[in-house]
Amino acid sequence: MTRGPLRIVVVHPDLLGTYGDGGNGLVLLRRATWRGYDATLVQAPSHEPLPPGDLYCLGGGEDGPQVRSATELIEDGRLVRAVEDGAVVFGVCAGFQLLGTTFPDARDQPRAGLGLLDLVTRKGPGPRAVGELTALIGADGPPSADGAPWPKLTGFENHGGVSTLGPGSRPLARVETGVGNGDGSGIEGAWSGRVVGTYLHGPVLARNPALADLLLSWAVGESLDPLDDHDEEALRAERLAAARSAS
Amino acid sequence: MPSIGDPGRSGASPVVTPIPMRTRVAALAVHGVNVLSRVSGRGSGTVAGGRVGLALDPAIIRNLTAGKTVALVSGTNGKTTTSRLLVAALGGGHDHSVAWNDTGANMPAGHVAALVHRPRARIAVLEVDESYLDHLLEVTRPEVVILLNLSRDQLDRVAEVRLLAERWRKAFEGQDGDGPVVVANADDPMVVWAAGPARRIWWVGAGQVWREDAVGCPACGGRIAFSADGWACDHCPFARPVCHGEVLDRELVLSDGSRHALTLGLPGAFNRSNAALVAVATEALYPGRSFDDALSAMAAVTNVAGRFAVVVRHGHPVRKLLAKNPAGWTAIFDLLDEVGQPDEPVVLSINARAADGTDPSWLWDVPFERLQGRSVVAAGDRCLDLAVRLRYAEVDHQVARDPLEALDLAMATAPPGGALTFLGNYTAFSDLGSRL
Ligand SMILES: [Zn+2]
Repeated sequence: MTRGPLRIVVVHPDLLGTYGDGGNGLVLLRRATWRGYDATLVQAPSHEPLPPGDLYCLGGGEDGPQVRSATELIEDGRLVRAVEDGAVVFGVCAGFQLLGTTFPDARDQPRAGLGLLDLVTRKGPGPRAVGELTALIGADGPPSADGAPWPKLTGFENHGGVSTLGPGSRPLARVETGVGNGDGSGIEGAWSGRVVGTYLHGPVLARNPALADLLLSWAVGESLDPLDDHDEEALRAERLAAARSAS
Repeated sequence: MPSIGDPGRSGASPVVTPIPMRTRVAALAVHGVNVLSRVSGRGSGTVAGGRVGLALDPAIIRNLTAGKTVALVSGTNGKTTTSRLLVAALGGGHDHSVAWNDTGANMPAGHVAALVHRPRARIAVLEVDESYLDHLLEVTRPEVVILLNLSRDQLDRVAEVRLLAERWRKAFEGQDGDGPVVVANADDPMVVWAAGPARRIWWVGAGQVWREDAVGCPACGGRIAFSADGWACDHCPFARPVCHGEVLDRELVLSDGSRHALTLGLPGAFNRSNAALVAVATEALYPGRSFDDALSAMAAVTNVAGRFAVVVRHGHPVRKLLAKNPAGWTAIFDLLDEVGQPDEPVVLSINARAADGTDPSWLWDVPFERLQGRSVVAAGDRCLDLAVRLRYAEVDHQVARDPLEALDLAMATAPPGGALTFLGNYTAFSDLGSRL
């Protein structure tokens, strides 16, 4: 049985393409097609109007390209309208920061983000946060796709930004090991409606299939069949153990 | 081919430069430490000795290269191989006529060790880590610099691609006099941007399969468009420069119309590109030396510190390859398509130790989909990250953390005596080398 169609859009891979975050789009595509959905993965370059989509992914990137991506997305206007129409958005690192209201450019001047999350990012005073991170999604996090308790989040963070949530958004998770948003709140990432952001690379959806399935279930509007995730489970067990022994 | 005229110190009789006493003492200490650390079995000793030398005489590289003809090689991928090819083209390799950092230790401590190890060499060929190129330009005053490519590599510890390009650019801007002859890959926009201010540049169209890090124009922020004719910014005049030579299939075609076969002992299109850059650099150093002499000297190189070597295990030839980042892996997949059978088994081994970069997220930038139809075994410290990547690439795979076990699993899927390939990143490759 074919279900769908489902359009997954990787936003500006030419600008927000570092750190393997493009993998998140691929993970979503495969987890949809393996379940019989008629899913397509679209790479949306920055010089073209943003194509229609059900689920948008934004990856990490350097300071200059991040500013350019945000500028294009604000001028284009389609991403904000898509969210108003129910689209799902998932942002990582630079892509997370630009979903907020302001983020710093290379000269540490504040730049306008898309305002899809109530989040302010500034340059941190200390060294970059680099390393394995684990975090727990709790009662103020999004509900899991299958209603079961959330498994731990695992990923690799690498950022110099410090992000602070406003009242309009909620924490994605609470940091167990690592830095996360870095403003002293112990929070990692943010979510609001169907918009989710995190600092985690890995790519994070390959390391956390439950998070991938939450985004997919929002996008398709129904619960999902289980998949055989033994490769992912083995990786998760190893990474969680590595983070424990390092901390 | 235009001549650059006086090739600097290289063409004249050697300038005898007295080596300062402090440098002599430091060089002796480097020898001492290297002998000690080799005896005590702790590594090759090159880096340890070099560090001591730098501590005793911070100007040791400047002093040891004074009076020598110096060539530097830098870029993200191909430094070690290109340096080895240049050494061969310059007639060195088996004697002490050319000093070079043959162990791949490409930061200043490694350069010190290389210079101390071959004190009477008149020529020094130094492979330079990208983030030390500005420093080495200043202290060695090279005659020639080969710039290969710039792409993402170990982003958790090294400056990002654009920051590196800016640092190179500043270094060339700051060169006084004519500076070195820069032989640079015109097909990589980041290299072209970085080399731009150099006074004497010989561009070579050496090809570049990886373009993901050069989409945004470094000059204006516009968009670089690639086409069959090259590349150009859609917004400003920044574009592929006119080349002295271009690699076209298996030939180096010079602007004067002459064609030179790139027939090497090393496989792969990227090695033909490296050889083309070396041939042009040799011409820059020694005008009049024939391209074909340089190329036939390079053809004698069949492996570089074990890379590209073929070893036999249980009757199966095993080709050993090294790649460290998405651009390198993409180039190696081209090589596999060129030299092997389409269903030849492959062992992929991935570590994420300090020398590799501790974040293997880059695996998701590698087009593993190209291995569909092969039998693949994932090995190394991070075999589980690789297994997940292969699952989403829909590549059938087995997992064995130990690389020898992985090779034996792969052999079981090959026909009797059938060849296979081992492909590892930096420490995964050297781990295997010490056990085969
Ligand atoms: Zn431009």
